Amino acid sequence: MEIIQTLLVVILLLGGVFFFSVGTLGLLRLPDVFTRLHATTKSDTLGTGLILLAAMVYLGIDIVVIKVFLILMFIWITNPTAAHIISKAVYDKEILEKKERSEDA
Amino acid sequence: MINLFIGASIILTLLSFASLYRAIVGPTVADQVVAINMISTKITVIIILVALILGEKNYVDVALIYAMVSFITTISVAKYLERGKLF
Repeated sequence: MEIIQTLLVVILLLGGVFFFSVGTLGLLRLPDVFTRLHATTKSDTLGTGLILLAAMVYLGIDIVVIKVFLILMFIWITNPTAAHIISKAVYDKEILEKKERSEDA
Repeated sequence: MINLFIGASIILTLLSFASLYRAIVGPTVADQVVAINMISTKITVIIILVALILGEKNYVDVALIYAMVSFITTISVAKYLERGKLF
């Protein structure tokens, strides 16, 4: 039982760190705001999920697991929302500027 | 298993510093907001890992509050970016 728990924690932790690395690579290498959002949001959310799942498996049966699960749910709701709002702000601003430029011409 | 958590938190810290490059240099303000959002997600995870490493289970509450504050920060900066004012 102990071995299964350890193995599960190791696999989930390694997966989480891997996805965080991929997200950071995307943030540093991709060319503009939308592609960077595309890279970071998904890999960040998945990496958080995996690492917090590892924490939950490590803690076992405990009241703290509920708190960790609450944080996990909160991040799963807020991270995509934040990405959506940032991309909407940038997109609307670009559209507005384009319209103003075409009216000037 | 504690060593594993320590290693993971060290790697996450290094990745946070790597994304700090985009937060400082980033050509537009939106890039910087994306980078800061990513860093704050990582910090939340690091706080939980620290809680596991030290065995202080109360620190998990800190992570919850940190996640809430960073969400409000991101939302308000994005709104400011969009309209030029907050309300």
